[in-house]
Amino acid sequence: MRYLTVMRDSRPATPPPPELMAEIMKLGEDAAKAGVLLDQGGLAPSALGARIDVADGSLSVTDGPFAESKEMISYAVYEVRSKEEAVEWCTRFMRLHQELWPGWAGECEVLQIFGPEDFQ
Amino acid sequence: MAATDSTDSPGSRGSVHPSVEAVWRIESPRIIATLTRMVGDVGLAEELAQDAFVIALEQWPDKGVPPNPGGWLMSTAKHRAIDLVRRRATYERKLQELGHRLPAPHEPDLDEALDDPIGDDLLQLIFMACHPVLGREARVALTLRLLCGLTTDEIARAFLTSEPTVGQRVLRAKRTLAAKGVRFEMPAPADLPARLGSVLEVVYLVFNEGYAATAGADWARPALCDEALRLGRVLAGLVPAEPEVHGLVALMELQASRLPARTSPSGEPVLLLDQDRARWDHLLIRRGLEALERAEALPGRIGSYTVQAAIAACHARARTPEATDWTAIAAYYEILGRAAPSPVVELNRAIAVGMAYGPERGLEILDGLALDGYAQLPAARGDLLAKLGRTAEARAEFERAAAMTRNDRERAIFQRRAGELRPAPRPSAERP
Repeated sequence: MRYLTVMRDSRPATPPPPELMAEIMKLGEDAAKAGVLLDQGGLAPSALGARIDVADGSLSVTDGPFAESKEMISYAVYEVRSKEEAVEWCTRFMRLHQELWPGWAGECEVLQIFGPEDFQ
Repeated sequence: MAATDSTDSPGSRGSVHPSVEAVWRIESPRIIATLTRMVGDVGLAEELAQDAFVIALEQWPDKGVPPNPGGWLMSTAKHRAIDLVRRRATYERKLQELGHRLPAPHEPDLDEALDDPIGDDLLQLIFMACHPVLGREARVALTLRLLCGLTTDEIARAFLTSEPTVGQRVLRAKRTLAAKGVRFEMPAPADLPARLGSVLEVVYLVFNEGYAATAGADWARPALCDEALRLGRVLAGLVPAEPEVHGLVALMELQASRLPARTSPSGEPVLLLDQDRARWDHLLIRRGLEALERAEALPGRIGSYTVQAAIAACHARARTPEATDWTAIAAYYEILGRAAPSPVVELNRAIAVGMAYGPERGLEILDGLALDGYAQLPAARGDLLAKLGRTAEARAEFERAAAMTRNDRERAIFQRRAGELRPAPRPSAERP
């Protein structure tokens, strides 16, 4: 089962502590070496992006930044055997933030990507 | 020990917390590996690891999941192992005091049991589970059990056999390892290529078992592809300097990338050149090509997995079937055939040569081939003859192939090809 995980945070004023970055690297390496992390990446601020909306029958393209309280900042793709396994890897990722970046607040969503087995 | 050996991992027992099971799946190989180093016996190590899980299942629902569940499990399991080793030592000392002499048991290494930052434990467990003293089926079952955390029931379903059969197979494998005195250690450098070959063989067997079964109703079988891929990636992390490990990973990633496209909605197999390439898994293709690059960049002889991956890569890189680099594929099959001559490789080379240099050249190679009862041979000949417009001969070959195969779906394809070649308004049935 493949999962997309996306993390959002409220773009804190301070940069992430170097210790956190080191631990994130290590966790990513662990997950890759466990054979479950297929892909990951960081996302630039939405100020550099755009959004295409369709509403009330009309389509509009708007440049960022988007007026959300939290911005999407990274994603990962896991290949695991259960939702709980994806949740466990993500929990480890979030716990690092909790422990090493005081005051930080954010969220991570774990979403299943449909595979061929879902269309049997 | 027999009773516990045939039971499933704690995670599979009905009413368990699924997140405990998830932690088991993630952590159990490493925990079992570390405990095997401590107690010397892989069956005992597995039992001790399961004990730790039972404790987790009892405690976590009440006390909550600890902040570091993996670390908690590892230290709980280690404590149980240390207790056991101490009890044994006390027992042996008392026996000696009474004047008995026992054969020296495995000396556990308690001081070193603390940490394993480079993953040697896990690698040694892989080498142990894939040890050549074990038969192929035993190696596969033990590997799935210890390294992938599959239950005996899951293994039985995947291999279309019964749970007691798999339980017995695992149990006998553990006993064989103990009886033959297989030690938990890295193979000697001189033995390494053969021992690694045995590991790669097991991984690819598991992969193919899943790959061959994608049309089946039970997804326990195709899930074997995922298990093999994961295991291959783990291995690549543990022995990154071995080109063939990356070659095998590349081969599996590239083959798995076609899984979504290789069966039609009605379950019929779709041949490679007829597949909808938009349905190929491009994330796996990217990973496969990267792994192939790593394999080719490393010093050492190019092995057969790497060459097969290079062939798969030729297909993966081609955006359309017409863009396939058949010249390169034909050359790779020649390399493969030289390293390990086989009629099946020759057959594939003939097909590639036919595509690269024309059907006559392909037929020349096929004419020298003898492959009794192998339906792909007349089918390949039929395909080349059809391209040359030798319709009647082509039809006869497809009819022969249809009579030969034992696979119903394959037979239907051959019969359809033969039917398309009936004397009709247009004699040529060109296919891409």
